[in-house]
Amino acid sequence: MNRSRYFRRRAVNYLLLSLSVCATVFGLGWLLLILGALVRDGVAGITPALFSQMTPPPGSNGGLANAIVGSLLMSALAVLVGTPIGIFAGTYLAEYGRHGWTAFVVRFVNDILLSAPSIIVGLFIYEILVLQMGHFSGWAGAAALAAIVIPVVVRTTENMLLLIPNSLREAAAALGTPRSLVIRTVTWRAARAGIVTGVLLAVARISGETAPLLFTALNNQFWSTNLNAPVASLPVVIFQFAMSPYDDWHRLAWAGALLITFAVLALSIFARTLETRRS
Amino acid sequence: MNDMRPVTPNVRVSIQNLSFYYGRFQALKDISLPLYDRKVTAFIGPSGCGKSTLLRVLNRIYELYPNQYARGKVLLDGENILDSGQDVNLLRARVGMVFQKPTPFPMTIYDNIAYGIKLYERLPRSVLNDRVEHALKRAALWNEVKDKLHDSGLSLSGGQQQRLCIARSVATRPEVILLDEPCSALDPISTAKIEELIDELSNEYTIVIVTHNMQQASRASDYTAFMFLGELVEFGLTEQVFTAPKNQRTEEYITGRFG
Repeated sequence: MNRSRYFRRRAVNYLLLSLSVCATVFGLGWLLLILGALVRDGVAGITPALFSQMTPPPGSNGGLANAIVGSLLMSALAVLVGTPIGIFAGTYLAEYGRHGWTAFVVRFVNDILLSAPSIIVGLFIYEILVLQMGHFSGWAGAAALAAIVIPVVVRTTENMLLLIPNSLREAAAALGTPRSLVIRTVTWRAARAGIVTGVLLAVARISGETAPLLFTALNNQFWSTNLNAPVASLPVVIFQFAMSPYDDWHRLAWAGALLITFAVLALSIFARTLETRRS
Repeated sequence: MNDMRPVTPNVRVSIQNLSFYYGRFQALKDISLPLYDRKVTAFIGPSGCGKSTLLRVLNRIYELYPNQYARGKVLLDGENILDSGQDVNLLRARVGMVFQKPTPFPMTIYDNIAYGIKLYERLPRSVLNDRVEHALKRAALWNEVKDKLHDSGLSLSGGQQQRLCIARSVATRPEVILLDEPCSALDPISTAKIEELIDELSNEYTIVIVTHNMQQASRASDYTAFMFLGELVEFGLTEQVFTAPKNQRTEEYITGRFG
Protein backbone atom coordinates (compact mmCIF):
# COMPACT_ATOMS: atom_id res chain seq x y z
CA MET A 1 0.00 0.00 0.00
CA ASN A 2 1.34 3.37 -0.99
CA ARG A 3 0.66 5.69 1.92
CA SER A 4 2.04 8.83 0.33
CA ARG A 5 -0.78 8.79 -2.23
CA TYR A 6 -3.30 8.63 0.55
CA PHE A 7 -1.63 11.42 2.58
CA ARG A 8 -1.49 13.65 -0.46
CA ARG A 9 -5.19 13.08 -1.04
CA ARG A 10 -5.91 13.89 2.59
CA ALA A 11 -3.91 17.12 2.34
CA VAL A 12 -5.81 18.14 -0.79
CA ASN A 13 -9.04 17.35 1.02
CA TYR A 14 -8.14 19.68 3.91
CA LEU A 15 -7.10 22.38 1.51
CA LEU A 16 -10.36 22.26 -0.43
CA LEU A 17 -12.39 22.06 2.74
CA SER A 18 -10.77 25.18 4.17
CA LEU A 19 -11.24 27.04 0.87
CA SER A 20 -14.94 26.14 0.90
CA VAL A 21 -15.30 27.27 4.50
CA CYS A 22 -13.58 30.57 3.70
CA ALA A 23 -15.88 31.17 0.73
CA THR A 24 -18.95 30.40 2.84
CA VAL A 25 -17.84 32.65 5.68
CA PHE A 26 -17.08 35.42 3.21
CA GLY A 27 -20.52 35.20 1.64
CA LEU A 28 -22.47 34.80 4.85
CA GLY A 29 -20.38 37.51 6.52
CA TRP A 30 -21.61 40.18 4.14
CA LEU A 31 -25.16 38.96 4.54
CA LEU A 32 -24.87 39.24 8.31
CA LEU A 33 -23.34 42.72 8.03
CA ILE A 34 -26.21 43.84 5.82
CA LEU A 35 -28.79 42.38 8.17
CA GLY A 36 -26.94 43.88 11.14
CA ALA A 37 -26.90 47.36 9.58
CA LEU A 38 -30.58 47.01 8.69
CA VAL A 39 -31.57 46.07 12.20
CA ARG A 40 -29.33 48.70 13.81
CA ASP A 41 -30.67 51.57 11.71
CA GLY A 42 -34.14 50.28 11.05
CA VAL A 43 -35.39 49.01 14.34
CA ALA A 44 -35.75 52.52 15.79
CA GLY A 45 -38.24 53.33 13.06
CA ILE A 46 -40.52 50.36 13.74
CA THR A 47 -43.24 52.14 15.67
CA PRO A 48 -47.04 52.02 15.59
CA ALA A 49 -46.89 55.27 13.61
CA LEU A 50 -45.05 53.45 10.82
CA PHE A 51 -48.18 51.43 10.11
CA SER A 52 -50.76 54.13 10.77
CA GLN A 53 -49.39 57.37 9.31
CA MET A 54 -48.74 58.51 5.77
CA THR A 55 -45.39 59.32 4.24
CA PRO A 56 -44.57 62.79 5.59
CA PRO A 57 -43.12 65.83 3.93
CA PRO A 58 -39.57 66.49 5.09
CA GLY A 59 -39.29 67.73 8.65
CA SER A 60 -42.54 66.31 10.01
CA ASN A 61 -43.51 62.99 11.55
CA GLY A 62 -45.11 60.20 9.61
CA GLY A 63 -45.10 56.54 8.68
CA LEU A 64 -45.30 54.29 5.66
CA ALA A 65 -48.94 53.19 5.85
CA ASN A 66 -49.79 54.25 2.29
CA ALA A 67 -46.65 52.60 0.90
CA ILE A 68 -47.27 49.37 2.81
CA VAL A 69 -50.85 49.17 1.59
CA GLY A 70 -49.83 50.12 -1.95
CA SER A 71 -47.19 47.40 -2.01
CA LEU A 72 -49.59 44.82 -0.61
CA LEU A 73 -52.31 45.78 -3.11
CA MET A 74 -50.12 45.70 -6.19
CA SER A 75 -48.24 42.55 -5.15
CA ALA A 76 -51.49 40.74 -4.39
CA LEU A 77 -52.95 41.76 -7.73
CA ALA A 78 -49.77 40.74 -9.56
CA VAL A 79 -49.75 37.32 -7.90
CA LEU A 80 -53.47 36.89 -8.52
CA VAL A 81 -52.98 37.54 -12.23
CA GLY A 82 -49.55 35.99 -12.67
CA THR A 83 -50.05 32.73 -10.78
CA PRO A 84 -52.77 31.14 -12.93
CA ILE A 85 -51.05 32.21 -16.15
CA GLY A 86 -47.73 30.89 -14.88
CA ILE A 87 -49.16 27.61 -13.65
CA PHE A 88 -51.08 26.93 -16.86
CA ALA A 89 -48.11 27.80 -19.05
CA GLY A 90 -45.78 25.67 -16.91
CA THR A 91 -48.26 22.82 -17.08
CA TYR A 92 -48.41 23.12 -20.85
CA LEU A 93 -44.62 22.94 -21.05
CA ALA A 94 -44.32 19.92 -18.77
CA GLU A 95 -47.42 17.94 -19.70
CA TYR A 96 -48.63 18.70 -23.20
CA GLY A 97 -45.86 20.38 -25.13
CA ARG A 98 -42.87 18.61 -23.65
CA HIS A 99 -41.24 17.60 -26.93
CA GLY A 100 -42.95 20.02 -29.27
CA TRP A 101 -41.65 22.99 -31.19
CA THR A 102 -44.05 25.45 -29.53
CA ALA A 103 -42.90 24.41 -26.09
CA PHE A 104 -39.29 24.86 -27.11
CA VAL A 105 -39.99 28.43 -28.20
CA VAL A 106 -42.11 29.24 -25.15
CA ARG A 107 -39.43 27.85 -22.84
CA PHE A 108 -36.74 29.87 -24.58
CA VAL A 109 -38.72 33.11 -24.42
CA ASN A 110 -39.62 32.44 -20.80
CA ASP A 111 -35.95 32.01 -19.92
CA ILE A 112 -35.19 35.38 -21.50
CA LEU A 113 -38.05 36.98 -19.61
CA LEU A 114 -36.82 35.38 -16.40
CA SER A 115 -33.45 37.04 -16.68
CA ALA A 116 -34.58 40.31 -18.27
CA PRO A 117 -33.64 43.37 -16.19
CA SER A 118 -36.76 44.46 -14.38
CA ILE A 119 -36.33 48.05 -15.53
CA ILE A 120 -37.00 46.82 -19.07
CA VAL A 121 -40.26 45.31 -17.86
CA GLY A 122 -41.12 48.68 -16.30
CA LEU A 123 -40.38 50.54 -19.53
CA PHE A 124 -42.44 48.05 -21.51
CA ILE A 125 -45.48 48.51 -19.28
CA TYR A 126 -44.92 52.27 -19.39
CA GLU A 127 -45.07 52.08 -23.15
CA ILE A 128 -48.17 49.94 -23.45
CA LEU A 129 -50.19 51.01 -20.39
CA VAL A 130 -49.04 54.31 -18.91
CA LEU A 131 -48.74 56.12 -22.24
CA GLN A 132 -52.05 54.73 -23.48
CA MET A 133 -53.90 55.65 -20.28
CA GLY A 134 -52.15 58.99 -20.13
CA HIS A 135 -51.16 58.73 -16.46
CA PHE A 136 -49.31 56.57 -13.94
CA SER A 137 -51.48 54.08 -12.09
CA GLY A 138 -51.61 51.20 -9.65
CA TRP A 139 -52.90 48.97 -12.44
CA ALA A 140 -49.76 49.59 -14.44
CA GLY A 141 -47.64 48.85 -11.37
CA ALA A 142 -49.46 45.59 -10.78
CA ALA A 143 -49.10 44.66 -14.46
CA ALA A 144 -45.35 45.26 -14.32
CA LEU A 145 -45.05 43.08 -11.21
CA ALA A 146 -47.22 40.38 -12.82
CA ALA A 147 -44.86 40.34 -15.80
CA ILE A 148 -42.11 39.46 -13.33
CA VAL A 149 -44.19 36.85 -11.50
CA ILE A 150 -45.16 34.90 -14.62
CA PRO A 151 -41.75 33.61 -15.77
CA VAL A 152 -40.79 32.61 -12.21
CA VAL A 153 -43.98 30.61 -11.76
CA VAL A 154 -43.74 29.09 -15.26
CA ARG A 155 -40.24 27.88 -14.57
CA THR A 156 -40.88 26.41 -11.11
CA THR A 157 -44.17 24.82 -12.17
CA GLU A 158 -42.53 23.13 -15.14
CA ASN A 159 -39.58 21.92 -13.08
CA MET A 160 -41.77 20.59 -10.30
CA LEU A 161 -44.04 18.74 -12.74
CA LEU A 162 -41.03 17.24 -14.51
CA LEU A 163 -39.94 15.77 -11.17
CA ILE A 164 -43.14 13.72 -11.02
CA PRO A 165 -42.29 10.27 -12.40
CA ASN A 166 -44.06 9.22 -15.59
CA SER A 167 -45.08 6.01 -13.87
CA LEU A 168 -47.56 8.03 -11.81
CA ARG A 169 -49.10 9.54 -14.95
CA GLU A 170 -49.24 6.09 -16.53
CA ALA A 171 -50.90 4.64 -13.46
CA ALA A 172 -53.61 7.30 -13.53
CA ALA A 173 -54.09 6.97 -17.29
CA ALA A 174 -54.27 3.17 -16.94
CA LEU A 175 -57.48 3.55 -14.93
CA GLY A 176 -59.08 5.28 -17.88
CA THR A 177 -58.53 8.80 -16.62
CA PRO A 178 -58.63 11.50 -19.31
CA ARG A 179 -55.42 13.49 -19.57
CA SER A 180 -56.70 16.76 -18.16
CA LEU A 181 -58.06 14.93 -15.12
CA VAL A 182 -54.74 13.13 -14.61
CA ILE A 183 -53.08 16.53 -14.48
CA ARG A 184 -55.63 18.15 -12.19
CA THR A 185 -56.07 15.31 -9.74
CA VAL A 186 -52.74 13.52 -9.70
CA THR A 187 -49.75 15.41 -11.07
CA TRP A 188 -50.71 18.85 -9.74
CA ARG A 189 -51.43 17.30 -6.40
CA ALA A 190 -48.10 15.48 -6.35
CA ALA A 191 -46.27 18.70 -7.24
CA ARG A 192 -48.40 21.02 -5.09
CA ALA A 193 -45.80 21.90 -2.46
CA GLY A 194 -43.24 22.72 -5.14
CA ILE A 195 -45.65 24.88 -7.12
CA VAL A 196 -46.69 26.79 -4.00
CA THR A 197 -43.02 27.32 -3.21
CA GLY A 198 -42.55 28.81 -6.67
CA VAL A 199 -45.39 31.27 -6.11
CA LEU A 200 -43.96 32.30 -2.74
CA LEU A 201 -40.55 32.82 -4.31
CA ALA A 202 -42.18 35.03 -6.93
CA VAL A 203 -43.82 37.06 -4.15
CA ALA A 204 -40.43 37.44 -2.49
CA ARG A 205 -38.95 38.51 -5.79
CA ILE A 206 -41.48 41.27 -6.54
CA SER A 207 -41.70 42.64 -3.02
CA GLY A 208 -38.34 44.33 -3.44
CA GLU A 209 -38.68 45.44 -7.06
CA THR A 210 -38.26 49.19 -7.49
CA ALA A 211 -37.41 49.75 -11.13
CA PRO A 212 -40.62 48.42 -12.70
CA LEU A 213 -42.72 50.55 -10.33
CA LEU A 214 -40.87 53.81 -10.97
CA PHE A 215 -42.34 54.19 -14.46
CA THR A 216 -45.69 52.63 -13.75
CA ALA A 217 -47.18 53.19 -10.31
CA LEU A 218 -44.90 56.14 -9.62
CA ASN A 219 -45.55 57.25 -6.05
CA ASN A 220 -48.19 58.93 -3.94
CA GLN A 221 -47.67 60.68 -0.66
CA PHE A 222 -51.30 60.39 0.35
CA TRP A 223 -53.49 57.50 1.33
CA SER A 224 -54.86 56.01 -1.86
CA THR A 225 -56.22 52.64 -2.79
CA ASN A 226 -57.45 53.93 -6.12
CA LEU A 227 -55.60 51.83 -8.66
CA ASN A 228 -56.42 54.30 -11.41
CA ALA A 229 -54.16 56.81 -9.74
CA PRO A 230 -50.47 56.68 -8.82
CA VAL A 231 -49.91 54.40 -5.82
CA ALA A 232 -47.11 54.48 -3.25
CA SER A 233 -45.01 51.38 -2.70
CA LEU A 234 -42.33 50.46 -0.18
CA PRO A 235 -39.40 50.06 -2.60
CA VAL A 236 -40.08 53.34 -4.38
CA VAL A 237 -40.55 55.23 -1.12
CA ILE A 238 -37.33 53.73 0.22
CA PHE A 239 -35.55 54.81 -2.96
CA GLN A 240 -36.91 58.33 -2.76
CA PHE A 241 -36.31 58.76 0.98
CA ALA A 242 -32.87 57.21 0.99
CA MET A 243 -31.73 59.60 -1.76
CA SER A 244 -32.98 62.63 0.17
CA PRO A 245 -30.85 64.76 2.52
CA TYR A 246 -33.35 64.54 5.43
CA ASP A 247 -32.63 62.48 8.54
CA ASP A 248 -36.24 61.62 9.34
CA TRP A 249 -36.76 60.36 5.78
CA HIS A 250 -33.62 58.25 6.16
CA ARG A 251 -35.02 56.73 9.33
CA LEU A 252 -38.24 55.76 7.52
CA ALA A 253 -36.30 54.32 4.61
CA TRP A 254 -34.34 52.08 6.98
CA ALA A 255 -37.53 50.96 8.67
CA GLY A 256 -39.14 50.17 5.32
CA ALA A 257 -36.10 48.19 4.20
CA LEU A 258 -36.17 46.21 7.44
CA LEU A 259 -39.87 45.54 6.93
CA ILE A 260 -39.41 44.17 3.39
CA THR A 261 -36.40 42.09 4.35
CA PHE A 262 -38.13 40.38 7.22
CA ALA A 263 -41.32 39.84 5.23
CA VAL A 264 -39.26 38.13 2.52
CA LEU A 265 -37.31 36.17 5.12
CA ALA A 266 -40.54 34.95 6.70
CA LEU A 267 -41.89 33.95 3.29
CA SER A 268 -38.71 32.06 2.39
CA ILE A 269 -38.75 30.17 5.66
CA PHE A 270 -42.41 29.33 5.10
CA ALA A 271 -41.63 28.14 1.56
CA ARG A 272 -38.75 26.04 2.82
CA THR A 273 -40.84 24.33 5.49
CA LEU A 274 -43.46 23.51 2.86
CA GLU A 275 -40.76 21.93 0.74
CA THR A 276 -39.29 19.85 3.54
CA ARG A 277 -42.70 18.65 4.62
CA ARG A 278 -43.21 17.30 1.11
CA SER A 279 -40.07 15.12 1.14
CA MET B 1 -52.64 -25.34 -29.26
CA ASN B 2 -55.30 -27.50 -27.83
CA ASP B 3 -58.24 -26.27 -29.84
CA MET B 4 -59.73 -29.74 -30.12
CA ARG B 5 -59.94 -30.29 -26.40
CA PRO B 6 -63.30 -29.44 -24.89
CA VAL B 7 -61.63 -28.05 -21.74
CA THR B 8 -60.02 -25.22 -23.70
CA PRO B 9 -61.42 -22.00 -22.22
CA ASN B 10 -62.83 -19.12 -24.23
CA VAL B 11 -60.49 -16.68 -25.86
CA ARG B 12 -60.93 -13.27 -24.22
CA VAL B 13 -58.25 -11.37 -26.08
CA SER B 14 -56.92 -12.38 -29.45
CA ILE B 15 -53.65 -10.83 -30.56
CA GLN B 16 -53.28 -11.14 -34.33
CA ASN B 17 -50.20 -10.32 -36.42
CA LEU B 18 -49.16 -7.57 -34.04
CA SER B 19 -46.07 -5.52 -34.82
CA PHE B 20 -44.85 -2.61 -32.75
CA TYR B 21 -42.41 0.17 -33.46
CA TYR B 22 -40.46 2.62 -31.33
CA GLY B 23 -39.80 5.11 -34.10
CA ARG B 24 -37.97 3.02 -36.68
CA PHE B 25 -37.07 0.22 -34.33
CA GLN B 26 -39.37 -2.76 -34.59
CA ALA B 27 -39.87 -4.14 -31.09
CA LEU B 28 -42.58 -6.71 -31.85
CA LYS B 29 -42.61 -8.88 -34.96
CA ASP B 30 -45.89 -10.35 -36.10
CA ILE B 31 -47.09 -11.67 -32.78
CA SER B 32 -50.23 -13.80 -32.64
CA LEU B 33 -51.55 -15.43 -29.50
CA PRO B 34 -54.75 -15.83 -27.52
CA LEU B 35 -55.37 -14.79 -23.92
CA TYR B 36 -57.89 -17.10 -22.33
CA ASP B 37 -60.81 -15.99 -20.23
CA ARG B 38 -60.17 -16.12 -16.47
CA LYS B 39 -56.74 -17.64 -16.91
CA VAL B 40 -53.31 -16.31 -16.02
CA THR B 41 -50.95 -15.90 -18.96
CA ALA B 42 -47.29 -15.19 -18.28
CA PHE B 43 -44.99 -13.40 -20.73
CA ILE B 44 -41.41 -14.48 -20.17
CA GLY B 45 -38.14 -13.84 -21.96
CA PRO B 46 -34.83 -12.05 -21.55
CA SER B 47 -34.64 -8.25 -21.09
CA GLY B 48 -35.51 -6.36 -24.24
CA CYS B 49 -37.46 -9.24 -25.79
CA GLY B 50 -40.62 -7.14 -26.03
CA LYS B 51 -42.76 -8.69 -23.31
CA SER B 52 -43.46 -5.39 -21.54
CA THR B 53 -44.03 -3.73 -24.90
CA LEU B 54 -46.63 -6.35 -25.74
CA LEU B 55 -48.35 -5.76 -22.41
CA ARG B 56 -48.37 -2.00 -23.00
CA VAL B 57 -50.18 -2.49 -26.31
CA LEU B 58 -53.07 -4.24 -24.60
CA ASN B 59 -54.30 -1.03 -22.91
CA ARG B 60 -52.68 1.33 -25.43
CA ILE B 61 -50.73 3.00 -22.64
CA TYR B 62 -47.88 3.41 -25.14
CA GLU B 63 -49.93 6.19 -26.76
CA LEU B 64 -48.89 8.55 -23.98
CA TYR B 65 -45.58 8.86 -25.79
CA PRO B 66 -44.77 10.15 -29.25
CA ASN B 67 -43.38 7.97 -32.04
CA GLN B 68 -44.72 4.62 -30.87
CA TYR B 69 -46.96 2.67 -33.24
CA ALA B 70 -48.75 -0.66 -33.29
CA ARG B 71 -49.80 -2.52 -36.44
CA GLY B 72 -52.07 -5.55 -36.50
CA LYS B 73 -55.08 -6.47 -34.45
CA VAL B 74 -55.88 -6.98 -30.80
CA LEU B 75 -59.43 -8.23 -30.42
CA LEU B 76 -61.06 -7.81 -27.02
CA ASP B 77 -64.41 -9.59 -27.07
CA GLY B 78 -64.22 -9.50 -30.85
CA GLU B 79 -63.55 -5.74 -31.19
CA ASN B 80 -60.22 -4.46 -32.41
CA ILE B 81 -58.97 -2.19 -29.63
CA LEU B 82 -56.33 -0.70 -31.93
CA ASP B 83 -59.02 0.86 -34.15
CA SER B 84 -58.73 4.61 -34.02
CA GLY B 85 -62.47 4.74 -33.32
CA GLN B 86 -62.03 2.95 -29.99
CA ASP B 87 -62.06 5.34 -27.04
CA VAL B 88 -58.80 4.83 -25.24
CA ASN B 89 -60.10 5.84 -21.81
CA LEU B 90 -63.03 3.44 -21.99
CA LEU B 91 -60.61 0.74 -23.09
CA ARG B 92 -58.34 1.39 -20.11
CA ALA B 93 -61.29 1.22 -17.78
CA ARG B 94 -61.83 -2.33 -19.07
CA VAL B 95 -58.17 -3.32 -19.08
CA GLY B 96 -56.48 -2.50 -15.77
CA MET B 97 -52.74 -2.32 -15.24
CA VAL B 98 -50.34 -2.67 -12.32
CA PHE B 99 -46.78 -1.46 -12.74
CA GLN B 100 -43.32 -2.59 -11.78
CA LYS B 101 -42.90 0.01 -9.06
CA PRO B 102 -45.84 0.75 -6.80
CA THR B 103 -47.56 3.95 -7.93
CA PRO B 104 -49.89 5.10 -5.15
CA PHE B 105 -51.48 8.48 -5.85
CA PRO B 106 -50.62 11.32 -3.45
CA MET B 107 -53.91 10.98 -1.56
CA THR B 108 -55.42 8.87 1.19
CA ILE B 109 -55.67 5.09 1.00
CA TYR B 110 -59.44 5.42 0.66
CA ASP B 111 -59.20 8.02 -2.11
CA ASN B 112 -56.64 5.93 -3.97
CA ILE B 113 -59.25 3.19 -4.37
CA ALA B 114 -62.26 5.47 -4.79
CA TYR B 115 -60.48 7.48 -7.49
CA GLY B 116 -60.96 4.93 -10.26
CA ILE B 117 -64.50 4.05 -9.20
CA LYS B 118 -65.63 7.67 -9.21
CA LEU B 119 -64.33 8.14 -12.74
CA TYR B 120 -67.14 6.11 -14.25
CA GLU B 121 -69.73 5.65 -11.54
CA ARG B 122 -71.67 8.03 -9.35
CA LEU B 123 -72.40 6.14 -6.17
CA PRO B 124 -73.90 6.98 -2.80
CA ARG B 125 -71.32 7.18 -0.03
CA SER B 126 -72.31 3.89 1.58
CA VAL B 127 -72.05 1.94 -1.69
CA LEU B 128 -68.70 3.57 -2.41
CA ASN B 129 -67.49 2.58 1.05
CA ASP B 130 -68.50 -1.01 0.36
CA ARG B 131 -66.74 -1.02 -2.99
CA VAL B 132 -63.54 0.32 -1.44
CA GLU B 133 -63.70 -2.25 1.35
CA HIS B 134 -64.39 -5.05 -1.12
CA ALA B 135 -61.46 -4.04 -3.34
CA LEU B 136 -59.09 -3.86 -0.38
CA LYS B 137 -60.27 -7.28 0.77
CA ARG B 138 -59.75 -8.71 -2.70
CA ALA B 139 -56.19 -7.40 -2.59
CA ALA B 140 -55.64 -8.89 0.89
CA LEU B 141 -54.90 -5.47 2.30
CA TRP B 142 -58.06 -4.69 4.25
CA ASN B 143 -56.91 -6.01 7.62
CA GLU B 144 -53.75 -3.96 7.50
CA VAL B 145 -55.35 -0.66 6.54
CA LYS B 146 -58.93 -0.71 7.79
CA ASP B 147 -58.09 1.53 10.76
CA LYS B 148 -56.12 4.06 8.73
CA LEU B 149 -58.09 4.49 5.52
CA HIS B 150 -57.57 8.23 5.73
CA ASP B 151 -53.80 8.08 6.03
CA SER B 152 -51.75 8.84 2.94
CA GLY B 153 -51.25 5.96 0.53
CA LEU B 154 -47.57 6.89 0.52
CA SER B 155 -47.29 5.89 4.20
CA LEU B 156 -47.61 2.19 3.36
CA SER B 157 -44.71 -0.21 2.84
CA GLY B 158 -43.65 -1.20 -0.68
CA GLY B 159 -45.55 -4.49 -0.62
CA GLN B 160 -48.64 -2.82 0.79
CA GLN B 161 -48.42 -0.07 -1.82
CA GLN B 162 -48.33 -2.67 -4.58
CA ARG B 163 -51.39 -4.41 -3.15
CA LEU B 164 -53.04 -0.99 -2.92
CA CYS B 165 -52.39 -0.57 -6.64
CA ILE B 166 -53.87 -3.98 -7.34
CA ALA B 167 -56.90 -3.05 -5.24
CA ARG B 168 -57.21 0.22 -7.16
CA SER B 169 -57.17 -1.70 -10.41
CA VAL B 170 -59.68 -4.31 -9.20
CA ALA B 171 -62.02 -1.65 -7.80
CA THR B 172 -62.99 -0.37 -11.24
CA ARG B 173 -64.11 -3.91 -12.20
CA PRO B 174 -62.00 -4.36 -15.30
CA GLU B 175 -62.23 -7.44 -17.51
CA VAL B 176 -58.51 -7.91 -18.00
CA ILE B 177 -55.70 -7.10 -15.56
CA LEU B 178 -52.18 -6.50 -16.82
CA LEU B 179 -49.32 -6.94 -14.36
CA ASP B 180 -45.91 -5.62 -15.42
CA GLU B 181 -43.35 -7.34 -13.21
CA PRO B 182 -45.45 -6.56 -10.16
CA CYS B 183 -43.09 -8.21 -7.70
CA SER B 184 -39.71 -7.08 -8.93
CA ALA B 185 -39.46 -4.36 -6.27
CA LEU B 186 -40.80 -6.52 -3.45
CA ASP B 187 -39.39 -8.84 -0.80
CA PRO B 188 -40.17 -12.60 -0.89
CA ILE B 189 -43.01 -12.40 1.64
CA SER B 190 -44.82 -9.64 -0.22
CA THR B 191 -44.18 -11.53 -3.45
CA ALA B 192 -45.81 -14.66 -2.05
CA LYS B 193 -48.84 -12.62 -1.01
CA ILE B 194 -49.19 -11.12 -4.45
CA GLU B 195 -48.86 -14.49 -6.17
CA GLU B 196 -51.56 -15.87 -3.92
CA LEU B 197 -53.66 -12.89 -4.85
CA ILE B 198 -53.11 -13.43 -8.58
CA ASP B 199 -54.26 -17.00 -8.20
CA GLU B 200 -57.43 -15.89 -6.46
CA LEU B 201 -58.17 -13.05 -8.88
CA SER B 202 -57.93 -15.43 -11.83
CA ASN B 203 -61.32 -16.81 -10.81
CA GLU B 204 -62.85 -13.54 -11.95
CA TYR B 205 -60.40 -11.82 -14.26
CA THR B 206 -58.30 -12.53 -17.31
CA ILE B 207 -54.77 -11.85 -16.11
CA VAL B 208 -51.53 -11.24 -17.95
CA ILE B 209 -48.28 -11.08 -16.03
CA VAL B 210 -44.86 -10.09 -17.30
CA THR B 211 -42.12 -11.60 -15.18
CA HIS B 212 -38.40 -12.18 -15.10
CA ASN B 213 -38.81 -14.84 -12.49
CA MET B 214 -39.12 -18.36 -13.93
CA GLN B 215 -40.41 -19.81 -10.69
CA GLN B 216 -43.05 -17.14 -10.55
CA ALA B 217 -44.19 -17.88 -14.08
CA SER B 218 -44.39 -21.60 -13.38
CA ARG B 219 -46.14 -21.11 -10.03
CA ALA B 220 -48.60 -18.41 -10.92
CA SER B 221 -49.63 -18.91 -14.54
CA ASP B 222 -51.82 -21.26 -16.55
CA TYR B 223 -50.33 -20.34 -19.92
CA THR B 224 -46.88 -19.12 -20.80
CA ALA B 225 -45.59 -17.19 -23.80
CA PHE B 226 -41.84 -17.19 -24.32
CA MET B 227 -40.55 -14.24 -26.31
CA PHE B 228 -37.15 -13.52 -27.77
CA LEU B 229 -35.95 -10.50 -29.77
CA GLY B 230 -39.47 -9.28 -30.45
CA GLU B 231 -40.77 -12.64 -31.60
CA LEU B 232 -43.08 -15.10 -29.96
CA VAL B 233 -41.02 -18.29 -29.74
CA GLU B 234 -43.41 -20.54 -27.93
CA PHE B 235 -46.85 -20.39 -26.38
CA GLY B 236 -48.72 -23.09 -24.53
CA LEU B 237 -49.90 -24.43 -21.21
CA THR B 238 -47.38 -23.45 -18.57
CA GLU B 239 -46.88 -27.05 -17.54
CA GLN B 240 -46.06 -28.04 -21.09
CA VAL B 241 -43.76 -25.06 -21.74
CA PHE B 242 -41.81 -25.74 -18.57
CA THR B 243 -41.63 -29.53 -18.70
CA ALA B 244 -41.56 -30.25 -22.41
CA PRO B 245 -40.68 -27.13 -24.38
CA LYS B 246 -40.94 -27.59 -28.11
CA ASN B 247 -38.34 -25.01 -28.97
CA GLN B 248 -34.73 -25.32 -28.01
CA ARG B 249 -34.36 -21.63 -27.16
CA THR B 250 -37.25 -21.92 -24.73
CA GLU B 251 -35.58 -24.82 -23.03
CA GLU B 252 -32.27 -23.02 -22.79
CA TYR B 253 -33.92 -19.96 -21.30
CA ILE B 254 -36.03 -21.70 -18.68
CA THR B 255 -33.17 -23.90 -17.60
CA GLY B 256 -31.04 -20.80 -17.19
CA ARG B 257 -28.51 -21.44 -19.89
CA PHE B 258 -29.02 -18.02 -21.44
CA GLY B 259 -30.88 -14.81 -20.85
